[in-house]
Amino acid sequence: MKKEDRLEKNPIEEYLRMDRIPHIWCPGCGIGTVVTSFIEALKKNKEDLDKVAVVSGIGCTGRVAGYVKMDSFHTTHGRAVPFATGLKLANPDMKVVVFSGDGDIFGIGGNHFIHAARRNMDILIICVNNFNYAMTGGQVAATTPMTANASTAPYGNYEYSFSLPYLADACGATYVARWTALHMRRVTKSIQEALNHRGLSLIEVITPCVTLYARRNRLGDGLNLLKYYYDQSVIEHGADTRTLDIAYQGKLVCGKFIDKEKPTFLDAMNTHLSNVLGDDYELYGRINNEND
Amino acid sequence: MKKTKADPKGVLTGAHYMDGDHALAEGALAGGCRFFAGYPITPSTETAERFSSRIPHVGGVFIQMEDELASMAALIGASWGGKKPMTVTSGPGFSLMMENLGLAVMMETPLVIANVQRGGPSTGLPTLTGQQDMMQAKYGSHGDYEIIALSPDSPQECFDLTIEALNLAETYRVPVLIMTDECVGHMHEKVIIPPAEEIEIVERKWYTGPKDEYLPYKNDKDLVPFMVKAGDGYRFHTTGLTHDERGYPIITAECQKVNVTHLIEKIRKNADKIIKIEEDQTDDAEILIVSYGITSRVAVRAVQKARRAGIKIGTLRLITAWPFPEKRIRALSKKVKAIVVPEINYGQMVKEVERNSVDRCKIYSVPHLGGWVHDPEDIYKVIKEASK
Amino acid sequence: MKMTEIRFSGFGGQGIIRCALISGKALSLYDKKNASMNQSFGPEARGSACSSQLVVSDDRVLYPYITRPQILISMSQEAYENYEPELRDDGILIIDTDLVKLKPLRGKIKMFAIPSTRFAEEMGNRIIANLVMMGFFTAVTKVVTPEAMKKALPGLVPDRFLDLNIRAFDKGYEYGLRILEESKKKRPKAKPKVASKPKAKATPRATVKTKPKAAAKTKPTTKPKPKTKVKPTTKPKLKKK
Ligand SMILES: Cc1ncc(C[n+]2csc(CCOP(=O)(O)OP(=O)(O)O)c2C)c(N)n1
Ligand code: SF4
Ligand SMILES: [Mg+2]
Repeated sequence: MKKEDRLEKNPIEEYLRMDRIPHIWCPGCGIGTVVTSFIEALKKNKEDLDKVAVVSGIGCTGRVAGYVKMDSFHTTHGRAVPFATGLKLANPDMKVVVFSGDGDIFGIGGNHFIHAARRNMDILIICVNNFNYAMTGGQVAATTPMTANASTAPYGNYEYSFSLPYLADACGATYVARWTALHMRRVTKSIQEALNHRGLSLIEVITPCVTLYARRNRLGDGLNLLKYYYDQSVIEHGADTRTLDIAYQGKLVCGKFIDKEKPTFLDAMNTHLSNVLGDDYELYGRINNEND
Repeated sequence: MKKTKADPKGVLTGAHYMDGDHALAEGALAGGCRFFAGYPITPSTETAERFSSRIPHVGGVFIQMEDELASMAALIGASWGGKKPMTVTSGPGFSLMMENLGLAVMMETPLVIANVQRGGPSTGLPTLTGQQDMMQAKYGSHGDYEIIALSPDSPQECFDLTIEALNLAETYRVPVLIMTDECVGHMHEKVIIPPAEEIEIVERKWYTGPKDEYLPYKNDKDLVPFMVKAGDGYRFHTTGLTHDERGYPIITAECQKVNVTHLIEKIRKNADKIIKIEEDQTDDAEILIVSYGITSRVAVRAVQKARRAGIKIGTLRLITAWPFPEKRIRALSKKVKAIVVPEINYGQMVKEVERNSVDRCKIYSVPHLGGWVHDPEDIYKVIKEASK
Repeated sequence: MKMTEIRFSGFGGQGIIRCALISGKALSLYDKKNASMNQSFGPEARGSACSSQLVVSDDRVLYPYITRPQILISMSQEAYENYEPELRDDGILIIDTDLVKLKPLRGKIKMFAIPSTRFAEEMGNRIIANLVMMGFFTAVTKVVTPEAMKKALPGLVPDRFLDLNIRAFDKGYEYGLRILEESKKKRPKAKPKVASKPKAKATPRATVKTKPKAAAKTKPTTKPKPKTKVKPTTKPKLKKK
């Protein structure tokens, strides 16, 4: 069956492991919305699904790998990025997507993120930011806004939080965008672009956790909440990443902030070693991505 | 199990004078490892250094990761990407690798970790030898599982056993540990690297059937499921959660039983094929020395002295530390008067010896807490005591 | 089974480790011996003292470290003072004349001295002093053949300095042979102990001019180390139970 036929025949079944549905997410959870945008992007890009791998860590968002019908890896908490690094380097012609939560990628796995960004590792990271550690019951996270309530910050959070785009920019990421989950078309477009971007891409998607974070902070529920974030947002493409802090109940600056060219880890490795070692160097992997 | 010959590109055929750390790197290259992710730590760093300088000429990837957690994760990713991956570390780094060692076990992922042991706990003796991680090798990650661990006693064996480790990893779809130590790692000796055509390489047990019928965890006759690699269109799923044949998480006691039993049986039922030991004069021995790694060499000096003193003594060297050669120890414990176990720790493998000898003979531990090898005289004294 | 334990010692930067590597490689690969080389790691290796050890045997080397070496090569005062006590009573002591001030020799120790650093300087580069020393060591101990030593050099010294290193080796080797000749001639006169001591001292003295300079140069790096440091790594007898 050719790729095109498959696309026409059975839209969703082609992308999801139907034998694993129903999924575990709460009704009204925003993670599913982000997955839908992801699938839309794959469709629109006509990606060869045999060549796309999804790597997740642990968490509610970490379950994404289990539902998508591609080579998919549900790894350990925090280690999706280095796992993806190994997978990508072993198989450079694959598109490797990390799909995981804010706690996973920027809490326990923060160190891996900053180094993957520094190396401009050619992977796409989709981070569902729900401002808390949802899977374990809504604990405070590195992304929880100041004063927001969490199960381990019962009197409100007093730690400064990360601004993910600012962090990514500072570390060397070459594609950075932020949306809320309800910006579905824009999320899709960003994923489409990022799938074709060579280098480390981060797409932060602000997503309601209805059951824990939102309830605890009385932000509303279900669709309301998706809409709440959406309404809080203002789009400022190319905004200075230093201005992107998220305050509790403040406005959410969204947009595409960074999109630039820089040699990836493998490009740099191949170029540098060829220069230094000449013919002695065995080129590694594919140098030009023909999908570009 | 499909066997091929080594790719000559990675094989530095000839006689060399090199240390154990360098021999690990050469063994990796000869054994088909083309992906190395690591983090520097004494006394293992030389392996990473050598690999990084050699791999550009062979074709493959070296990447220095941000820590050992990342190294292990990258190894598992690379293995599913089709590579034979390896890393090297020592005590503190080995501890950091434990969580993802469990992931490799659970995902049934072939890869190799060499631990050039130093004295611990904690930062301990960074530059000095130890054999204190032997139990961590077996039990270090949480949950029940079995592991394969090899123990080289020389730079030559570092080379040979790295190839063996890579082959075992592929044969059984498991992570394999090489438990060497600072003394062997830093000792220079002659290392003979044979021609590529004399080096046997085990190919991964690739699945070749219809794509939509592939089950990543379906048991085969030898208890080893077939494997595929990412990017080949199987669109498989794998997880660290308890899972069924499809690799889908099933969070029940029933599935746990099947899943974990499989991980254990895969090694236990193949133990006879995996285990390698070396025996000398055990036939009529009254005293048996059980040792491994550098300690087995040091012990031979004590053994020679004991023989000169008329003591009937045999030696058993664990080339494979895990799985432990239970049957053989059981058999020998019926014949000998005592078993003496010197090791550079407070007494770790001796517990396995005890467990398998029950009360059939006396067991003597000869501990050394690390920083140096035993004085052969100390081992001899215990032998003499045991022979009374 | 014949076994020889050798310690190479001096201070960092003299190529002491390299000496052991060259000898070990020569013995293992070209002289059909077994030679295990270990260097001192640990805090001890960080300071100015530097030492490496070689265990040479017809059969497989079992115990990988030296215990009571038969041969001690010392290229610094500190190394000499640290390691001299472990040398066997009938051992061979080899020193750089200008860098080591001898105590009275003990037992039946035979002493050979060469101004290796000075020779190296005369050849244009003091960095090759270790090779001069290796040539000398090869000649006076006969533990290893000169052919094997020279074969072992490629890969262990930079290619562009290979010739220079070989010349340095030859210089030390010839000097060693001459010293041996002379000591043979003198041998009937007195016991080795008496004979070798004044002789070795006399030989370098004849040419000593730069001695104070050379000694002064090296002192700052050789002095500060307390000599007790080395013990834990050299004497396995130090046990903690
Ligand atoms: C090493 C380790 N520590 C802790 C946990 C428990 N744990 C599981 S998921 C999780 C938090 C996940 O948060 P996040 O990544 O934000 O995902 P979310 O559930 O919010 O989507 C934690 C702490 C674990 N699985 N492993
Ligand atoms: S707990 Fe929160 S993040 Fe997790 S599934 Fe429910 S709503 Fe979604
Ligand atoms: Mg979260």
